[in-house]
Amino acid sequence: MPEIRVTPLGAGQDVGRSCILVSIGGKNVMLDCGMHMGFNDDRRFPDFSYITRNGRLTDFLDCVIISHFHLDHCGALPYFSEMVGYDGPIYMTHPTQAICPILLEDYRKIAVDKKGEANFFTSQMIKDCMKKVVAVHLHQTVQVDDELEIKAYYAGHVLGAAMFQIKVGSESVVYTGDYNMTPDRHLGAAWIDKCRPNLLITESTYATTIRDSKRCRERDFLKKVHETVERGGKVLIPVFALGRAQELCILLETFWERVNLKAPIYFSTGLTEKANHYYKLFITWTNQKIRKTFVQRNMFEFKHIKAFDRAFADNPGPMVVFATPGMLHAGQSLQIFRKWAGNEKNMVIMPGYCVQGTVGHKILSGQRKLEMEGRQVLEVKMQVEYMSFSAHADAKGIMQLVGQAEPESVLLVHGEAKKMEFLKQKIEQEFRLLPSAKKPRLLHGTLIMKDSSFQLVSSEQALKELGLAEHQLRFTCRVHLHDSRKEQETAARVYSHLKSVLKDHCVQHLPDGSVTVESILIQAAAHSEDPGTKVLLVSWTYQDEELGSYLTSLLKKGLPQAPS
Amino acid sequence: MQCAQIQINHHYVGLWTGHDFHPQFPSFATCSKTELIDLSTVDVILISNYHCMMALPYITEHTGFTGTVYATEPTVQIGRLLMEELVNFIERVPKAQSASLWKNKDIQRLLPSPLKDAVEVSTWRRCYTMQEVNSALSKIQLVGYSQKIELFGAVQVTPLSSGYALGSSNWIIQSHYEKVSYVSGSSLLTTHPQPMDQASLKNSDVLVLTGLTQIPTANPDGMVGEFCSNLALTVRNGGNVLVPCYPSGVIYDLLECLYQYIDSAGLSNIPFYFISPVANSSLEFSQIFAEWLCHNKQTKVYLPEPPFPHAELIQTNKLRHYPSIHGDFSNDFRQPCVVFTGHPSLRFGDVVHFMELWGKSSLNTVIFTEPDFSYLEALAPYQPLAMKCIYCPIDTRLNFIQVSKLLKEVQPLHVVCPEQYTQPPPAQSHRMDLMIDCQPPAMSYRRAEVLALPFKRLFEKIEIMPELADSLVPMEIKPGISLATVSAVLHTKDNKHVLQPPPRPAPPTSGKKRKRASEDIPDCKVLKPLLSGSIPVEQFVQTLEKHGFSDVKVEDTAKGHIVLLQEAETLIQIEEDSTHIICDNDEMLRVRLRDLVLKFLQKF
Repeated sequence: MPEIRVTPLGAGQDVGRSCILVSIGGKNVMLDCGMHMGFNDDRRFPDFSYITRNGRLTDFLDCVIISHFHLDHCGALPYFSEMVGYDGPIYMTHPTQAICPILLEDYRKIAVDKKGEANFFTSQMIKDCMKKVVAVHLHQTVQVDDELEIKAYYAGHVLGAAMFQIKVGSESVVYTGDYNMTPDRHLGAAWIDKCRPNLLITESTYATTIRDSKRCRERDFLKKVHETVERGGKVLIPVFALGRAQELCILLETFWERVNLKAPIYFSTGLTEKANHYYKLFITWTNQKIRKTFVQRNMFEFKHIKAFDRAFADNPGPMVVFATPGMLHAGQSLQIFRKWAGNEKNMVIMPGYCVQGTVGHKILSGQRKLEMEGRQVLEVKMQVEYMSFSAHADAKGIMQLVGQAEPESVLLVHGEAKKMEFLKQKIEQEFRLLPSAKKPRLLHGTLIMKDSSFQLVSSEQALKELGLAEHQLRFTCRVHLHDSRKEQETAARVYSHLKSVLKDHCVQHLPDGSVTVESILIQAAAHSEDPGTKVLLVSWTYQDEELGSYLTSLLKKGLPQAPS
Repeated sequence: MQCAQIQINHHYVGLWTGHDFHPQFPSFATCSKTELIDLSTVDVILISNYHCMMALPYITEHTGFTGTVYATEPTVQIGRLLMEELVNFIERVPKAQSASLWKNKDIQRLLPSPLKDAVEVSTWRRCYTMQEVNSALSKIQLVGYSQKIELFGAVQVTPLSSGYALGSSNWIIQSHYEKVSYVSGSSLLTTHPQPMDQASLKNSDVLVLTGLTQIPTANPDGMVGEFCSNLALTVRNGGNVLVPCYPSGVIYDLLECLYQYIDSAGLSNIPFYFISPVANSSLEFSQIFAEWLCHNKQTKVYLPEPPFPHAELIQTNKLRHYPSIHGDFSNDFRQPCVVFTGHPSLRFGDVVHFMELWGKSSLNTVIFTEPDFSYLEALAPYQPLAMKCIYCPIDTRLNFIQVSKLLKEVQPLHVVCPEQYTQPPPAQSHRMDLMIDCQPPAMSYRRAEVLALPFKRLFEKIEIMPELADSLVPMEIKPGISLATVSAVLHTKDNKHVLQPPPRPAPPTSGKKRKRASEDIPDCKVLKPLLSGSIPVEQFVQTLEKHGFSDVKVEDTAKGHIVLLQEAETLIQIEEDSTHIICDNDEMLRVRLRDLVLKFLQKF
């Protein structure tokens, strides 16, 4: 079997800092280059020393592929390319290329300006890193070099998210990144053709969940927001500037319109307008409905949602605020959270997954007393709700994708070990049988190897092409039989005997009295001295060696008595 | 499998809509009438650009076609707009009756040109409906540039950027060892679309070349300059400018030129109107296909800014768009102004209205930019005209100089093109430079002619599993050439072939079961290799003696020798390329002799 080696440098059996090394057909490809939100030390980036202890990254890696713009998939990129040092190509889709540097800059600002971290990548490094990016189209087959090709498929996780097929010769791997198999309010469903990779590397964030219908979750969400606002509470929704935020904005916008609510909705960062502009320009990456109606009405121009100002947080009365970042680990969402946490009328809705170590993760796991910087303890009285809006495939979706791609093997990453074990069993149960090929046939020929070209031709053709003549080796064996009848009758007996024994072979009795088995010729002749003996001449070529040899030994045993 | 490529061209013929006739369209596929091709047997249609799909509903809706149509997303979206505009224009002038008597050959003969020269008018059809358009477009499968699309595992097709329009493509149709390129409507100029991909056209066995410029003598850059200066001159003198055009394509470039030109030419206060049922959609759609645009425009999206400056023209109210001359437009209409509207044939659409409105004044100017129609013929029904007529055809498609440059670059083994490209245009028969010049000479085709392409498929790619490859024993026959005999099992699935090691002979069944005779019968499918070489008699005899045959006798014959082993009553005929061993039924002896002979021969 072809050898494909997969080494996760991050996000093997956890979520965060996705980074997977794949060696296939002599090529080395790095899939994603993410950071871990839960750590502030070395563990935040993947361990590149695995590669660098044997040499430079650029010499080792043939290319790097980024699946989408979330920081746990691209956050380590400037560190990797500018600080560790990589000068090869980095592939991503156009929207990812457009949005990725903005999120990196955002992340850098929080780390350096707010937390005062030193030895971090600079703005210039982000720019230099992005210069190494090659943008790919959906379904475009990109030839990285003569042998390595990659192809992007729609993943539906966020704007521009893609799954990638990596192919060398006839061996291939599909890496899903994060994906979503159910279309939502602004994105379509992931799709892949029956590309039959040797290996499918799929995320498994929601390996054990079969999520209830999207509509139910939306109704729940709206109900909770509505109730809180009605009783005068404030709702905080920590989000990432791009992605889920837009979907929830569309949802709230239409709800406010329909129910005619007056409470203000704010969106925290200045990124909103810019973000919505990206959605407009990359509208071909959104779902069918938005694409169809965008000329009449742009779904990303909101009437009810306004820009947030820091001072608004202290305003009395109800409001809904979308604030970044999504896991409450830093920045504005955390600031607002600290302000509102003490009031039980308020509510925080976590619409996505939170990695370990973040405030988001802590409150979701039930912690109500949080230790903040400076030994302050923050008591959380506000209601904490978790609503899975993050666009990952659930168990059903993962099975669906496996069915679509028909891989030989499946590798689960980006999930928790226990849940993976469960999904593993499910996949093994369901996809044991693959359709088999047409009935195989035995084939003989000659392989001509000339320089680096290989040609498989028939042996006759090979001889001809090399200007050689065939040498025919033929055997004729004399088999003596006791039979006093005439030669023709002997031949007829031989024929009927062989016919009955060799059922799978073509046995013929020719008009000239001879018998053939396939291309072996048998003739009966009189013995020159003994009239009671007939001589059978069995003649075959070297190519029929086995059958010829068999026939002579068969005939030597004599013929069965003729039926009377 | 039949894989056909159909380029669909639309030709409007000079029918005067306002009066007697309902517009009709010549049948695109006259060939189906002559039974050259049964469209229900066509598996695949590849669309080159949005101008080349205007007849698609005629094929997908009424011919029994059940195959797949492949096109890029911009091609489909803008193609839809072009069809929508056409349907809308036609439906605005409903006709209770459709004239058909003129189709009678005796009457047609008497009609003016070009009607009297039109062929097969009986097959002309009415325009399709929007319903048919939608149904046709739903059969299209979207593809991206450089996407390798497997057709039944037998061939692979790939669209490449052709540089002519948003999403316009050239196509490569290839198997593992043969490659046909279809180059249609390509441009090497830098306008808004992604540049033409030339490199991928290299190593073609056959390059089919069509869709060259209609105006080989006009330089598009010069024409744009002339367009701007004529426009400015007219407006400054208080006249109006009419630009008959399609709602997408060159208009984007014209608006961009004007955007840069307006202020310097002092035209800031002149309103620009773009009137088409799809004007808004066309302007909006142009902004969302960043990935299909030239590099400059692509990078704008990263800022994020709209790639085309007409967004700003609209924002500043310099450019306004309307679905038709009725409604809002009649309130906003101010003169002097510049109007972009269709249809460029001047036979239907809002342009007819403006021709009649402005035709009588010499202050006004009509500027023709679309190269598809003869402007003289287009104007004929409006004569006499006082308004100025400027002919600035802007056709960015390849001219003959660019073609010869391209062919030198990509070096196809054969070029195939329409007949008219292999000779100078009839009107300029002395211009030997206005034809395709290549070696070997291009093969040409004519309407409704079948041309056999000059290549044969001889080989398929086959994969050898590593286990099998390990077991092969190559031997060097000549310096640099090695041979290995292969006996393997061929697995074929989806037209992909894999060679695996042959199954091992079943292990002998343990003695408990009585062997049945049939189990001993050798499988005739296990073949022996071919032999080659010749047997040197003297050495052969020596070898025999070495192996204990003492009574060897050699006789010469006409063609070789006979070696006799007297005691064993065995006879070996040796000739240049054959050896015949004739013996008694002594298997031991025969096998010994066989192996001795094989020592002198090579196996294949």
